Amino acid sequence: MGILDKHHFVERNATLLLVGSLFVVSIGGIVEIVPLFYLENTIEKVDGMRPYSPLELAGRNIYIREGCYACHSQMIRPFRDEVERYGHYSLAAESMYDHPFQWGSKRTGPDLARVGDRYSNEWHVQHLIEPRSVVPESVMPSYAFLKDTPLQVTNVTMDLKANRAVGVPYTDDMLENAQVDLKAQADPNADTSGVSERYPKAKIGDFDGNAAQLTEMDALVAYLQMLGTLVDFSHL
Amino acid sequence: MSNMNYTLETVALAVGAFLALLGVAFAQDSQFAAHMWVLFFSLFAGAVVMVRRVTFAPAVAVQKAGRQSEYFDEVVKHGVIATVFWGVVGFLVGVVVALQLAFPDLNIEPWLNFGRTRPLHTSAVIFAFGGNALIATSFYVVQRTSRARLFGGNLGWFVFWGYQLFIVMAATGYLLGITQSREYAEPEWYVDIWLTIVWVAYLVVFLGTILRRKEPHIYVANWFYLAFIVTIAMLHVVNNLAVPVSFLGVKSYSAFSGVQDALTQWWYGHNAVGFFLTAGFLGMMYYFIPKQVNRPVYSYRLSIIHFWALIFMYIWAGPHHLHYTALPDWAQTLGMVFSIMLWVPSWGGMINGLMTLSGAWDRIRTDPIVRMLVIAVAFYGMATFEGPMMSVKAVNSLSHYTDWTIGHVHSGALGWKGMITFGAIYFLVPKLWNRNRLYSLALVNWHFWLATLGIVVYAAVMWVAGVQQGLMWREYDDQGFLVYSFAETVSAMFPYYVLRAVGGGMFLLGALIMAFNVTMTILGYERRERLPGAAPAAALQPAE
Repeated sequence: MGILDKHHFVERNATLLLVGSLFVVSIGGIVEIVPLFYLENTIEKVDGMRPYSPLELAGRNIYIREGCYACHSQMIRPFRDEVERYGHYSLAAESMYDHPFQWGSKRTGPDLARVGDRYSNEWHVQHLIEPRSVVPESVMPSYAFLKDTPLQVTNVTMDLKANRAVGVPYTDDMLENAQVDLKAQADPNADTSGVSERYPKAKIGDFDGNAAQLTEMDALVAYLQMLGTLVDFSHL
Repeated sequence: MSNMNYTLETVALAVGAFLALLGVAFAQDSQFAAHMWVLFFSLFAGAVVMVRRVTFAPAVAVQKAGRQSEYFDEVVKHGVIATVFWGVVGFLVGVVVALQLAFPDLNIEPWLNFGRTRPLHTSAVIFAFGGNALIATSFYVVQRTSRARLFGGNLGWFVFWGYQLFIVMAATGYLLGITQSREYAEPEWYVDIWLTIVWVAYLVVFLGTILRRKEPHIYVANWFYLAFIVTIAMLHVVNNLAVPVSFLGVKSYSAFSGVQDALTQWWYGHNAVGFFLTAGFLGMMYYFIPKQVNRPVYSYRLSIIHFWALIFMYIWAGPHHLHYTALPDWAQTLGMVFSIMLWVPSWGGMINGLMTLSGAWDRIRTDPIVRMLVIAVAFYGMATFEGPMMSVKAVNSLSHYTDWTIGHVHSGALGWKGMITFGAIYFLVPKLWNRNRLYSLALVNWHFWLATLGIVVYAAVMWVAGVQQGLMWREYDDQGFLVYSFAETVSAMFPYYVLRAVGGGMFLLGALIMAFNVTMTILGYERRERLPGAAPAAALQPAE
């Protein structure tokens, strides 16, 4: 075992040990991760995908803040039972604008990749306020405070800009109108043509049943209601 | 000598506290303001403590020279106390979150909802308990095996206190809802930057000590510690690349998206297991087991092969967290293949640890500390068999998303990492505080059995729960319909969730006994008891 006898060179030289270790641990990551930025099936575009509207993005940030990913996945695997339960299996392209991804790792609750349009806004609001009033078996915590918490809207334009910096194709038009779009999407009395034009298929309306105030509940329900609805699978 | 008086450190803390106050004043969002208040009070408290220690008498040069020739063990002592403290905190939060899953009314919105307490539990156990154990033991081991004082002087203190500040900022951040949602890398960008600074200082201290060693060879335990420190630095920096919305706000957006982001995160996530929770703790195994049983490491050659094979293969295993997802098949298969191969170096390490007891197997019967170290390696062997099995795609299709994964993680975290740390603590405390022995070996025995039974209950219950969950999700009836609604599978978990909390509670109780035992040892007490393994008291002799 000649090569093992040579190991004392490494054992006597801390720099060699350091550089050698770093080299050895770099290989796997480079081989597995780097190609994902170039291969067709990981960067392909699919019709219907668009950046999140300002209100959806705000809702997504609340979803992240509350740690929803700890119990809900957003990644349907291509199995018969999952496709029947949750819908078409998830495509890579469907999370191409997700910084960060929300695939999750645990289903204490059901997958939410295609929860959009499955329930009414009223159901979502009631479920978030008191989960066991609509699903008696549920072990989900209550999120009633969302309905009473006004949505912080000071820097939604900056949020869009930061997303653009990491590669989400927000246009100048989207940035300029971010603040207006944020409010209009949850206001049934506003002119919402701009929102619909910039963000096709965006759900519009008063989500939390309280038109007087833009709350965190509005944002979160707007996000939940669009999940999995952008890509049309009916003619795939 | 201002250095001896900590003037510079005191001023730095005061300036930091002032900057935190500015952060409060100019915060872009309320979360950042709240978090900066936490930072302000932490640094302010630190500054006050330091001011009380500043003496204006000139430092005694002789004392300094004397101290330079000794090992720097004050920081190790602090580390041991921090390990015990954070361990109890982490296990306690674990029992709380377990009960929240069984009894959802225990959620207190918004700050103590499960989504926020869960990362508190995972980070407290991995980074606060495990991290302090790694830093403390690595500082102890590298000094002994190099026969050199810790490099960098007060930099060791910076590593210790800087790391505690990271823990406080991370933990309070979770409860405030400040998270990147990257599992085991939840802290936001500014806390990540702080950890990077602390970690570089850690590398400098550790490597500097190796470089000034008086032994020609670098001891095998230090290979593992060094690989752990370097690899965690690489993983941490790459996985946390993000663009902050504002330098005075909490929110940042990951540099990567979707599938690239997912694999980057699980490349990090699995190697947080591979390097933080495995390589570093193998360093502990390679020092404390030979020391406690007074035998050399079983095989030098095995340790070489085991080391290089382990660190090379672990890095590839990340994709097994993403089986059947939108990650390309080739990457999933590569992850699976390497995960299975990983079984071999893992068991190589286990064999090297266990066989070190050759000729000293009786110590398992007579020495509860040895028993703790040995069961740790045994759990390591079990977890590193279960892991490769679960990485097989067919198995994973059932186990993924279920509580089986949670059970697997805990048999590794409680059984391997927890037990080896407890053994190391019981080894270190009498030595660091110059005591003849621990306060009570009988209590170590109690700790051992409570912890072991707790883990067995936990792992068994979660395994059954996970398999049942997975099978219920995919069960079809004769008509071709799914049998169970999702809600029915949730309610089926209730008895398991209760039992899991019982197992966790036993483990917590064991840790509390350890905290008591360690405290009494430090205070200098010795419990009068028959030492395990000692001959029973001689039978009464009839009077002549």
